This record gives sequence, C-alpha cells and structure tokens, in this order.
Amino acid sequence: MTEASGKQPFLLTRADAFITWAQKNSLWPFGSGLACCAIEMIATAAARFDIARFGMELFRASPRQADLFIVAGTVTNKMAPVIRRLWDQMPDPKWALAMGNCAIGGGPFPTYSVLQGVDKIIPVDVYVAGCPPTPQGLIHGLMILQEKIGRSHPTKELLDPDARRSR
Amino acid sequence: MPDAAADRPELRPALDALAARFPGEVLSVDVDKGDLTVRLGKAGLIPVLRALKEEAGFNALEDVIVLDNLRTAGEGGKRFTVLYQLCRFPGADRVRLAVDVGEDEGLDSAVPVYRSADWAEREAFDMFGVRFEGHPGLRRIYMPEDFEGHPLRKDFPLEGRDGGV
Amino acid sequence: MAFKEIDLNMGPQHPSTHGVLRLKLAVDNEVVLSVEPVIGYLHRGMEKLWESLTYTQVVPLTDRLDYLASLSNNLGYVLTVEKLAGIEVPRRARYIRVVLAELQRLASHLAWLGFQANDIGAMSVLLYGFEARETVLDIFEEYCGARLTIHGIRIGGVPHDLDAALAARIRKVLDGIPKRLADIRALLDDNRIWKQRTVGIGRIAAGDAIAYGLTGPGLRACGLAWDMRKDIPYSSYDEFDFDVPLGRNGDVYDRYLVRLEEICQSIRIVRQALDGLPEGETSAKVPRVLKVAPAEVFHTIEAPKGVLGFYIKSNGTDKPERVKMKSPSFINLQSLEHMCKGNLFSDVVGILGSLDIVLGEIDK
Repeated sequence: MTEASGKQPFLLTRADAFITWAQKNSLWPFGSGLACCAIEMIATAAARFDIARFGMELFRASPRQADLFIVAGTVTNKMAPVIRRLWDQMPDPKWALAMGNCAIGGGPFPTYSVLQGVDKIIPVDVYVAGCPPTPQGLIHGLMILQEKIGRSHPTKELLDPDARRSR
Repeated sequence: MPDAAADRPELRPALDALAARFPGEVLSVDVDKGDLTVRLGKAGLIPVLRALKEEAGFNALEDVIVLDNLRTAGEGGKRFTVLYQLCRFPGADRVRLAVDVGEDEGLDSAVPVYRSADWAEREAFDMFGVRFEGHPGLRRIYMPEDFEGHPLRKDFPLEGRDGGV
Repeated sequence: MAFKEIDLNMGPQHPSTHGVLRLKLAVDNEVVLSVEPVIGYLHRGMEKLWESLTYTQVVPLTDRLDYLASLSNNLGYVLTVEKLAGIEVPRRARYIRVVLAELQRLASHLAWLGFQANDIGAMSVLLYGFEARETVLDIFEEYCGARLTIHGIRIGGVPHDLDAALAARIRKVLDGIPKRLADIRALLDDNRIWKQRTVGIGRIAAGDAIAYGLTGPGLRACGLAWDMRKDIPYSSYDEFDFDVPLGRNGDVYDRYLVRLEEICQSIRIVRQALDGLPEGETSAKVPRVLKVAPAEVFHTIEAPKGVLGFYIKSNGTDKPERVKMKSPSFINLQSLEHMCKGNLFSDVVGILGSLDIVLGEIDK
C-alpha cells in the first residue's frame, strides 16, 4: 500500500484525501437491526449519543441508498441468504461493520441455527465487540472505520478498474 | 417455598370427578410443588380439554410443552410427553395435562378447542416432530422449510448436523 | 372496479417490523385481506442450549430473549428455579427485585412508545422517549454495570445491595419521568392525526382476545383485568398498592393509553418499594453448584409484554432436563391477523407496534 501511494501523483493523492474526507463524514448506514445490538444502535442514533455528529444520522431502509452495512445482532442460518442479498444490493463503495459478538463469531450461541460470524458471508471492515457494545463502543468502532476509509485510495480504483481495494 | 401457591389442591375433587366421567382415560391426578398434573391417555385429550374449557372455565391454554423421554423412558415407554398448561381467568387457577405419545403416533390437535394452540403445536412439530391430526396448517415455524431433523430431540446435536450455511 | 388481490411481502428486513419478522400480506387495493407472519429468522436454539448449561449459566442468556426488558426475563426464570428448588428469597431481595422489575417495565414501555410513535410518523417522540429511557438505563448501569442485557437478578436474590445513595438517584429519575411523559402526551393524546391513525384501528373484542391467548396490555385494553402481579402475586407484589389500568375498545389508542398509565403505576410501585425497603440479606444461600432433585414446575410473571412463563424439569443434576419458555410475544403475534383484517394496509405498521413484540422472545 505505501509504495503504491509513493508512486501516486500529488494531484491524485489530494483528490483521494478530498474524496475519502467526503465519504467518511457522510456515511449513510443501512441498519440491519437483527437482535439486541439493534437497540444499542438505535440508542447511538438517539439524542444522547447522537450519531448525527458524524454525519450518520440518515439510516436508510433500503440497501440501495446506503453505504455502510451495520450488522447488529445474531445472524441465523435462515437469515443469512437475506443478509447476503442485501449486501449484494448495496452499490459500491460500501463498507461493513460487524456489531456485537454474535455478528463477529456467533456470540454466546454455538447452536444449530446460528451462523458463527457474519464474515462467513460478507467481507467485514470493522469488528465492534461487546454483548451488546455500548453506544460509546459503537462510536469508537465507527471512528476506526472512518480512519480506515481515510487510508483508502478511491482514485486508484477509478483509474485502474482491476485494482481491488484491500480489506 | 413459592411466593404464592396459585395452583390450589382444592381443584383435586373436581378433577377426580372428571376421572369418573372419563373412565380409563384419566390415569392419575397429582400435586407437586403447588402444581397440579393430570395424566391422560391419548384418546381422552380432546374430550377432557373441552370439558375443562366449557364446564370448568379454563379459558386459556398457556403453553404446549413437549418432553423427549429418549433417555428416561424405560422399555415400552413412549418417546414423547406432551404437556398442556391450562389457566382459568378470572381466578388464575392452573392445571397441567400430560399425554404420552410415541414417535410415530399422532395426537389430536387442540386447535378446535383453543385457538391459541395453533403456533404452539407448530412449534412442537418443528422442534420434536410430534404430529397433530386436524391442525389447520401443520408446518415448521422456526426452522426453514427444507430443514431436516427436529432440533430439540435429545439425539440431535447442539451444533447441528450439516454446518448450516 | 375490478377486484384485485395483491400479495405483498414485508420484511424480514424492514424498518418497522421491530426486528426480523416477515409478514406475507394479501391486500385488495389498500384493504388488508390476510396477514401471515413468518418467524424463525432469529431462532438461536436457546432452549436446546440451556439443556447443556447449569441453572446459573442460563440466567445471562435469558437477558437476550426480550432484550428490551431483560430483568423481567431474569426474574421469570429465577423465580421458576426457586420454586423448583425450594429456595426462599429474603424480603429485602424481593423488594429490590420489585424496584428493578418495575424500572425495567418503565424502560421497556418508553422504548415501545418511541417505536410506536416513530412508526406512525411522530419521529420526535422516538428521541424524547429514548432520552427518558436513558435516565433509567443510567440506574441499571450504576447498579450492575450493564444497560441492556443486565443480568441483575440472580438465583436466590440480587447481586448487589441498593444503598441509600442509589435509592436517592432512583427517586430523582422518577421525579423527572412524569414531566417528560407529560410533554409526549401533550403532543399525542389529543392530536387529531394521532387519533385518526389509532382510534378504532386494530380492534379486538375481549372474547377473541382470550381465545387467541392475548396477554399483557393488549388484553387489558379490551377491559379485562388480568395482571399476574395481582392474580398470582410473586416477589412481594401483594404488599404494594397499585392499580391495573384498563381500556375499553381494544384498539391501538387504548393500548397506547394503557401502557402510558402503566408507566405511572410503575413509578408508584418503585416509590413504595424504596420507602418500605426492609433490612436483611440480599440473597439466599445458594450452593455454588446447584443440583435440583427431579421435579417439574411452571411459573409465570407479568412481564412488560404480557404473561411470561417458564416450565423447568429437573433431573437431579446441575443442568436442567428441559426448559420451555412461554413467550408472551409469540402468542400475542397470533392475533395480528385478526386485528389487521379489514384495516388499511398502512395501518399494519401501527397495529404491529401496538402489539409490542420482540423477536428475540418470539424466536427464542
């Protein structure tokens, strides 16, 4: 990653900085509120913790309008194809955040019906641990995601369609 | 000691009278830890439910619970015990009916008597494989339609069989 | 005009289905003909998992059932274990349990209020309700460290004592709730739009409600005074003075009023419990490895969503043979079709909100 950016022209790195600044400060979450974590996600969006400070208050109901997939809660085997289809319906650029122990690795449910981690079906950028994570924890995870977005190189993908953004 | 013994043993005489009305079907009536349990034969289930609802005023079927006796039933014991938890409102008296049923046997559906038995019986079918004859639409309720096996049976592993997705 | 039946699918991903619920609707233009709920998208295999855990290990998992009212689930389960094992809980612990359970009812109803209003369109009430709820969650966090999945009631009693400082802070929170509630009521109670969306919508008659097994505020909105805290009192509820609010018409508006009044009654109960908190132990002596002789019991409590029941069968070991949970939301959801038939399709969301279901509890 570093030697690639070393070879990038100055204008493109400035364009990258501007584009990533815009992206990370206006993420539109697609809140896939599945279980208990969904309540803490809503509490984060509510008045006390105020996710709007980060530009993320616009929770979209449709995946086609969102760019951040927050998987909040347990993913069951029955729900997994639905989650996969929702992820596929989201347009690029998109990121995924696994919120809570169930989304990370099945949580306290090593059972016949629970998918042991949503990263088995979609690529996850940030993992926020907790059962459920407190709103402060989720916000910390979102800030880490913002830093990750800030390190990415969107112009590289625009100019070179074969370049894959490494996750 | 429970906070309040809601299940009054005074119901016992009423249930003994029931035993007289359905000879051979009411197998036993006992009280333990404040709970009243009536063991029935399969054929007596619906008539007893109807009698309890229409004459004794037990207007609520609170739950249908299935027990898997795989490890506890002796020779000739039936695989499943199906429990019907009834409640009477107002007054809040409780009675539990217990019916033994084998693995390949069916049980009459309680839906014609208690509408709230609908999903409870579907759950019993999904989790244990107990069939209810006369149910308006017996099919799985929790697991996907194409799932194989009945998860709450004692011989079904906790982690599942095929690795899921 | 030609009759045209359309099949609509709502969920499992939907902002207003209160979780992963799928509704298969059949509508004639805008009028609902039938509603078939499809559940199981959050089935986590809890009952099977509990059979491989000890009685004590099951308690934190019960938090994840009705995750908006975790202390109620804890209470329902531990009371059943105590009935099974013959454990007597000290009076001080019972009073603290009542304080916690009623504060939990407050928090649950405030969350419901926010969601119900948001679904119908009054979005600011979501923020007001959640802010009021945060003040209560602060108490839980101070008591035992968690906001949502609290595990604050254990077998035999409660984990921590309720000292005078915490009691004073609880009283302060209780002083603040009525004003916030009054603000919300001023926005909604006599609001013409709110009433058009809720009065006469989703009606269910008392007889049908009992037939479907409906319990909780939904049943009380039909005029039937069935509340386990009064009918089969547990945890010293018979020592407190409170009313059971009733409705008349069994519609969405009456369910809304009943829950609002229940918030006021919960505040009343907590104040009495704090004022009369007896001296004593906060927990009975429970062996570290709790083995229970073979027996079976069924016990219920009045959770915020309805009558929550647990059936436990023990087999002499430290793990239960079978635990079955009677979920109020599971049974309440069965009456959704009855309530929705004949109403407009856009009322389905309002009716579903008024049932106050939680998928964690329905799917187990």
